[in-house]
Amino acid sequence: MGREGKNPQTTLSAVWNNPAIRALVVQALVLIGVVLLGIYLVDNTLANMKARGIASGFEFLGRTAGFSIATHLIDYEEANTYGRAFLVGLLNTLLVSVVGIVFATVLGFTIGVARLSNNWLISRLATLYIEIIRNVPLLLQLFFWYFAVLRNLPGPKASIDFYGVVFLNKRGLFTPNPVFGPEIVWSGISLLVAIGFIVCLAYWSRRRRDRRGHSLPVTTISIVILTGVPVMSLWFTDFPIIWELPVLKGFNFRGGTTIIPELVALTLALSLYTASFIAEVVRAGILSVNRGQSEAAYALGLHRTLTLRLVVIPQALRVIIPPLTNQYLNLTKNSSLAAAIAYPDLVLVFAGTTLMQTGQAVEIIAITMSVYLTLSLAIAAGMNLYNRHIALVER
Amino acid sequence: MQRFSIIILAAIVGLMAHVAVAGTLDDVRGKGFIQCGVSQGVPGFSNPDEQGNWSGIDVDVCRAVAAAIWGDASKVKYTPLTAKERFTALQSSEIDVLSRNTTWTLVRDTALGLDFAGVNYYDGQGFMVRKDLGVSSASELGGASVCVNIGTTTELNMADFFRSNSMDYEPVVFEKTDEVVAAYDSGRCDVYTTDRSALAANRVKLADPDAHIILPETISKEPLGPVVRHGDNQWGDIVRWSLYAMLEAEEYGVNSGNVDDLKTNSNNPVIKRLLGVEGDTGESLGLSNDWAYSIIKQVGNYAESYNRNVGPDTPVGLSRGVNALWKDGGIQYPMPVR
Repeated sequence: MGREGKNPQTTLSAVWNNPAIRALVVQALVLIGVVLLGIYLVDNTLANMKARGIASGFEFLGRTAGFSIATHLIDYEEANTYGRAFLVGLLNTLLVSVVGIVFATVLGFTIGVARLSNNWLISRLATLYIEIIRNVPLLLQLFFWYFAVLRNLPGPKASIDFYGVVFLNKRGLFTPNPVFGPEIVWSGISLLVAIGFIVCLAYWSRRRRDRRGHSLPVTTISIVILTGVPVMSLWFTDFPIIWELPVLKGFNFRGGTTIIPELVALTLALSLYTASFIAEVVRAGILSVNRGQSEAAYALGLHRTLTLRLVVIPQALRVIIPPLTNQYLNLTKNSSLAAAIAYPDLVLVFAGTTLMQTGQAVEIIAITMSVYLTLSLAIAAGMNLYNRHIALVER
Repeated sequence: MQRFSIIILAAIVGLMAHVAVAGTLDDVRGKGFIQCGVSQGVPGFSNPDEQGNWSGIDVDVCRAVAAAIWGDASKVKYTPLTAKERFTALQSSEIDVLSRNTTWTLVRDTALGLDFAGVNYYDGQGFMVRKDLGVSSASELGGASVCVNIGTTTELNMADFFRSNSMDYEPVVFEKTDEVVAAYDSGRCDVYTTDRSALAANRVKLADPDAHIILPETISKEPLGPVVRHGDNQWGDIVRWSLYAMLEAEEYGVNSGNVDDLKTNSNNPVIKRLLGVEGDTGESLGLSNDWAYSIIKQVGNYAESYNRNVGPDTPVGLSRGVNALWKDGGIQYPMPVR
């Protein structure tokens, strides 16, 4: 606005005709509208709840929960608060999401590559898997694993017994639980030292390759060091680990670690289902890399595995990551189907039992929705960061 | 999906304009039917048949209210609700009355903005186990896996029971009753716990009902009754007195068979007032004076409803027990209709 207006009207119209200012005004108005609508909604909800005598507020999080939860990653008992129960539910959701994402990724990449295989049988099997799994609703698959498969395991008294150490039955998988003595600290320290050494080794090996053109077998050396050093330190400290074995006592196995069938069914269903989508994403990503790239790599004398690892995958990843993020988000959100098969996730524990006992539906649903929103945004942010890291650097 | 519907219900509470809480009777008269919240199928209490006709003692409460208002017990529409959805559905005016084996507790009566209009079944929580486990008392259940329905007083009673007896247990919590029953039946749990009446009702659904027993202990009081929104006293009165009218009719020997005869020929002033021949009880409630007559004629008295739905001759097979009238040694005690 470099020029002075002759009278106020022209100044005003000049301001209004400036597209930057006009856009700003319109955006400000819309923003004010949205904020006002939000305030109205919150205010109206509170007024309605007050008029109906419905309790509101978040004080309930500090009250004693009183109910028990089948599986918890942190200590929890009935005397703890609803806030603690919320944490337990949240951690259970995270557990199933993380385990599901890891399995789905590994399986998805394998099947995606298998579908492009030159071997007729392997590629057809991969196609068959993808077409069947991704076209059956997830909830049905969940019921299939839970009600049809895992329910056919024997009861606790007739458990499938793996050398008297691990037991499998309808109630879950029961494995020994390690109880560490104080000397375990030394093994921990030695493990850290071993990891540090390997990191240095990898760095040194890369520089050596850059200088001399051939590399060390870093992977093999790492495995030897990583297993060897802790085992040696355990041996020196006289193995300070006692294994607490699961024992059948009364109705169920006691002691040890229990993996409940609900967790197994949910993880299976989520990872198998999502893997079929990831496989397609991976296939698309690999196909998007120009054939000339691998032909050039072969011409340079790189063999098949190296071509895939050094030439094709890095380029394919750029196409794979954004849709892969979507699949991770879907898996995390789909984990809320847990409530259908009694896995105590956030929805079951918090938006279920807690909601019922306190009756504060509005607050609890709001908290639960914001948790899923936060989880999704966090996953998306992490994946975007990784995507930027591997993106093609334009020069 | 249920999760979805509860979000919608919560949203409705948010979006509703500031409506007056009172006036359910006018609303109901305007639309011409009662929207009644019931269970998703508990035999004897609220259960649909193959044609989708609902029956049960909880359903009869809604039918009685419809009979009291219009003289037509069929003017009821039913909304099947999970235990989790039921209160939100009532709070958000999705339904007019909730008659879904719901336990009367202080928190529900106060913090949830609801009012209980009476007790149509006095119940208590029990445990069901397989006979071949050899368990004869609930005190032997330490370490057991227990199947339970989410969103009920049951969940908390169970936790209290195990806690106060210093026993541990593994809760397996499902959203739908059918899933609980299926999980128990397949052996995922050793124990199924809920109100004793529902245990008896759901035992019918098991593969081999005779292989299971209900343990003798009753670990809680579960007074089950119809619920209305807090603040609409007229509507609460109509539901409450519809229930009392059925009990009062049983107490004075009035049933659907003899109600016409007694209406013209009875000399008992209590019966005359109940059937609207004398007095103006209907007017006080905002209804016509033959409101109770319509209930008894079309739905029957409490004993008829009980025996038809959950009595000893039905598959549910519950004896009257504490639900007998006070003069027969029970605790059902209707307030005088006068």
